[in-house]
Amino acid sequence: MTGMNARGRWLLYGVLTVLLVAVISPFVWMILGSFKTQGELLQSPPTWWPHTATLDNYTQLFSRLNFKQYFFNSTVVAVAVTAGNLLFCSMLGYALAMLDFKGKKALFGVVMGTLMIPGVVTFVPLFVLVANIGLIDSLPGLILPFLAAPFGVFLMRQFFLGLPRDLLDAGRVDGAGELRIFRQIFLPLAGPALSTLGILTFLGSWNNFLWPLVVAQQEKTYTLPVALALYSTGQNSTQYGLLLAGATVVVLPVLLVFLIFQRRVIEGIATTGIK
Amino acid sequence: MSTTTEVTPRGETGSTSPSPRAGGAGRRPLGEGRAAWMLALPFCLLFLVFTAWPVVQSLFMSLTDTKSRDLRSPFSVNVIGFDNFTRAFADPVFRKAALNTAYFVVIGMPLTLGIALAAAVALDKGITRFRSTFRLGFYTPVITSIVAVAVVWRFLLQEEFGLINTVLGWVGITGPNWLGDPHWSMPGLILMASWRNFGTAMIIFLAGLQGVPYVLHEAASIDGAGAWQRFRHITLPMLRPTLLFVSVTTSIGYLQFFEEPFVMTNGGPLNSTISMSMYTYKQFGFGNYGYAASMSYIIFVVIAIVAAIQFRLLRDNT
Repeated sequence: MTGMNARGRWLLYGVLTVLLVAVISPFVWMILGSFKTQGELLQSPPTWWPHTATLDNYTQLFSRLNFKQYFFNSTVVAVAVTAGNLLFCSMLGYALAMLDFKGKKALFGVVMGTLMIPGVVTFVPLFVLVANIGLIDSLPGLILPFLAAPFGVFLMRQFFLGLPRDLLDAGRVDGAGELRIFRQIFLPLAGPALSTLGILTFLGSWNNFLWPLVVAQQEKTYTLPVALALYSTGQNSTQYGLLLAGATVVVLPVLLVFLIFQRRVIEGIATTGIK
Repeated sequence: MSTTTEVTPRGETGSTSPSPRAGGAGRRPLGEGRAAWMLALPFCLLFLVFTAWPVVQSLFMSLTDTKSRDLRSPFSVNVIGFDNFTRAFADPVFRKAALNTAYFVVIGMPLTLGIALAAAVALDKGITRFRSTFRLGFYTPVITSIVAVAVVWRFLLQEEFGLINTVLGWVGITGPNWLGDPHWSMPGLILMASWRNFGTAMIIFLAGLQGVPYVLHEAASIDGAGAWQRFRHITLPMLRPTLLFVSVTTSIGYLQFFEEPFVMTNGGPLNSTISMSMYTYKQFGFGNYGYAASMSYIIFVVIAIVAAIQFRLLRDNT
């Protein structure tokens, strides 16, 4: 603030630093803890740096507990869901922003009306539906319900509304078809919006829990959060090192993705306001 | 811009829009309306099957006695009117879950938004260096899986060897048995949720603070207004739309909290942390689909009401 003196500023830096340490230290403790032995994790007071670092937790995770499979499942689901949203949401978002067609208002209203409908409202009938088409315990069963999300339509429509309409008219004058104008003029310009949507969708899918928990009933279709949650509440609930290693495997990939693309993610949040 | 004003309506296209952009339609292989629907179609099909239909079906199912065994024989389902709803309101566990959810939202939301706003104001005006470092750090928990951080926090909140009680011990406080004591279990979950979620609100507040004109602050401080007065009478009123948005989205999220009790407490001890979403999931797990659907509709209605109230409170009066 304008009139702030030096001491006040130093105090503020101190408070913010304490807060930063409080926010980050659980992650540091998680990563360091994943290299500790069970005995060390039960010590009081707790240790920071592992006394005897071990990779046991990770080898167990990937040999005995099949985390390789869960990692694969999580990746396939997240990539497929992201690809679907990029394609379908940009198509509809473009149509809603740039084109005139019958039923446009109604369609926009219906899609936006469901933007805020929580997953807990639909998961029961959705489960019955997916069970009836035989997709329980399958990756398509995990992917299909999330391929087309209203959030992406909202984001893409907002972006296309900001592009000049002259491009559309110019394309038409040059005799390009409507679909070609979309594909060759507008889509290449949508890079920033597509990457924001892509990252947010990927993160959302990677961390998604309720639906995978409902659909993946056998180990072969577990995603990482499902496996971790079930192990942490089941017979492995006191294998602390193993669970911290599992949490690290879930968190670290998105942490890396986030650190690489952080500017885009934070801008996306700030402009759309929804994570 | 096309100079042709002649509109050529073609029988097979759905587009008869008289907008000037429809000019020159005769040359295009595909009319505007038809092209738009082609672009919309894949989304609409998926949306109809996997979102719209379940929303409608959920309402119907909540009025029936559907059980898991009815998956094989859908015609044995009976419509029982509002029995599921009256049963839910009389169910002591559901009532407890509703109270817990209210507790979580009423305490957790102001705490989350308070930290977020304080951090945002400090980053916006208070400091000049390391702004983006702090912003990045504070935002990091938001992108991580709630399941994973809940696993970590279960250890942090341990009574004997947990990090949090160790730190409290440094300043002479004997920390409680957070997750084992029914009085402290919910505060433990709220602490974790605030830690994980304040970053989102902070980023949106920061964006909102950009819209507060600096000249207002300058004029006020010439008139002798202190930092707190300026915050109270300039920043806060101008942040009202941002505040509305953040509180609506945060409350929608918090009203559905599920992973935290699922991983950290399994709803215990003594049902002190069971949430509405978690009880809904449990009833679903028992095979009581109709009952679970009715409870999920109750959550939905509560969310809609809470959002509407906030719109009422935060929109008009200054």
